[in-house]
Amino acid sequence: MLDTAIQLAYLAASVLFILGLKGLSHPDTARRGMLLAELGMLMAIVGTLLKHEIVRYEWIIAGVAIGGAIGAAISIWMPMTAVPQRTAISHMFGALAATLVGVAEYYRHAGAIPHVEMAALGFEVMFGSLTITGSFMAFGKLQEIVKSAPITYRLQNPINISLFFVALGMFAYLIFQPANQHVFYAMVGLGLLIGVFIVMPIGGADMPVVISLLNSYAGLASSATGFVLGNNVLIIAGALDGASGFLLSVLMSRAMNRSFANVLFGAFGGGEQAAATLRAAGEKTVRPITAGDAAIQLAYARLVIVVPGYGMAVAQAQHQVAELAEMIEKRGGTVKYAIHPVAGRMPGHMNVLLAEANVPYDRLYDMEDINAEFENADVALVIGANDVVNPAARNDRASPIYGMPILDVDRAKSIIVLKRSMNPGFAGIENELFYHPKCSMLFGNAKDSLVKLIGEIKTV
Amino acid sequence: MSGISFIELYVFVLAAFVGYQVISRVPPLLHTPLMSATNAISGISLVGSLVLAGADYGTLATWLGFIAVTSSSLNVIGGFMITDRMLRMFKRSGSKR
Repeated sequence: MLDTAIQLAYLAASVLFILGLKGLSHPDTARRGMLLAELGMLMAIVGTLLKHEIVRYEWIIAGVAIGGAIGAAISIWMPMTAVPQRTAISHMFGALAATLVGVAEYYRHAGAIPHVEMAALGFEVMFGSLTITGSFMAFGKLQEIVKSAPITYRLQNPINISLFFVALGMFAYLIFQPANQHVFYAMVGLGLLIGVFIVMPIGGADMPVVISLLNSYAGLASSATGFVLGNNVLIIAGALDGASGFLLSVLMSRAMNRSFANVLFGAFGGGEQAAATLRAAGEKTVRPITAGDAAIQLAYARLVIVVPGYGMAVAQAQHQVAELAEMIEKRGGTVKYAIHPVAGRMPGHMNVLLAEANVPYDRLYDMEDINAEFENADVALVIGANDVVNPAARNDRASPIYGMPILDVDRAKSIIVLKRSMNPGFAGIENELFYHPKCSMLFGNAKDSLVKLIGEIKTV
Repeated sequence: MSGISFIELYVFVLAAFVGYQVISRVPPLLHTPLMSATNAISGISLVGSLVLAGADYGTLATWLGFIAVTSSSLNVIGGFMITDRMLRMFKRSGSKR
């Protein structure tokens, strides 16, 4: 009787999770959707607490209190620019929970586990363990505890691939010999090591793909936990998370015209190629512009398209962007925002930052919807974006980003780029947009430049 | 440990399929909240952790369960809260600022 009630609670939770995600298809229904998902979570938890296996509550209460307090504190006080880091670290916690449950299951049965269950358990701890350290590395890079540029060394890919195959070999062996505890724990250790190695060569601009992939792995590890424990709600919730991460990584790598394999094994930004393109660029000239002249252009523009990038997030300049836009609109101009799918460090990063600065979401346009409008724009204002506006993606077959869909900024009547200096981004790819006859450069920290622009535009 | 049946594989495949369909309708605008929401939802591994921390499976299992409960409740509570904080910020033009 009690078991039936618990199963019904799980079933309801599963339905509520799906309805909750369905709500996210529109900003107007999203918050209500999340309430449904929260209700689902509550039902699943209450259902679980009724299980007769649970005999003591002190550790449960302590864990929920500590975890909940930390989680709540982070989400209340964290600045929005830190969302990618928080997301990366939460994949770590998700994977940690799944892996520990798996290890404990193995430990308490002392390896006496049927073959099929062992397959699920092996999958759970292998993907779980590599997601733990991989996500931690991603967190470190985003938080800049670890050098965010790709870390590469000789034979890196052969070493990583061999380690992965060794781990797969152990996994396969365990399915047939589940009782071999040494191999099991060695596999967990190797998984942890692979996570570190696989994220090390990945640079900041590839983070949207990596975060999405780790999202997917964390979900799949949860789902595998469901198989191990025979719990359908875990299987379903994990599968939803896994599918979401997978879909996002497909979208992100498509937006960079790269395959997963290329992102994971093709760390670009090698010194030689970058130096060569820089030399070639040495002969071209850029046109610096003063804040005063830029303000005049913006003040008389009828249509301004703002192209934000990671530089805006680093400078935390989203509020100034919104203020400038408001001033342009007061003077009768229209401001639209062009959002490239991989602008920033995670899917949707720019949208959240601009929403925080009170930019209405109907002014935020996806790449496909805005590209046709650039030719009508009087000014394209590029704020800390680089690769996503690089015309080399269209013209230069030799460029590492050739074929990547870009924002057609160069079709605008004039272009103003806010940039710290002429140093190329971490990828070391020269951007010919900066030398375009229509393009002028406003050098300096994005926030300072915007403050100056706001000051100047008042006097126009 | 219960035996794995084919039914569970069906559940997984169908859930992944439904998830893919539902999530492909989420606009890029909401991709960041989507990721934090799915993260909170996959904090459902709390369900497994709770049993581990509360059942009588030995000291080590209890400790591992305690850490797992802490991690997953951090994700569940923090994930839902940050998702809501983000979603509250998305406003249409003309609505109250």
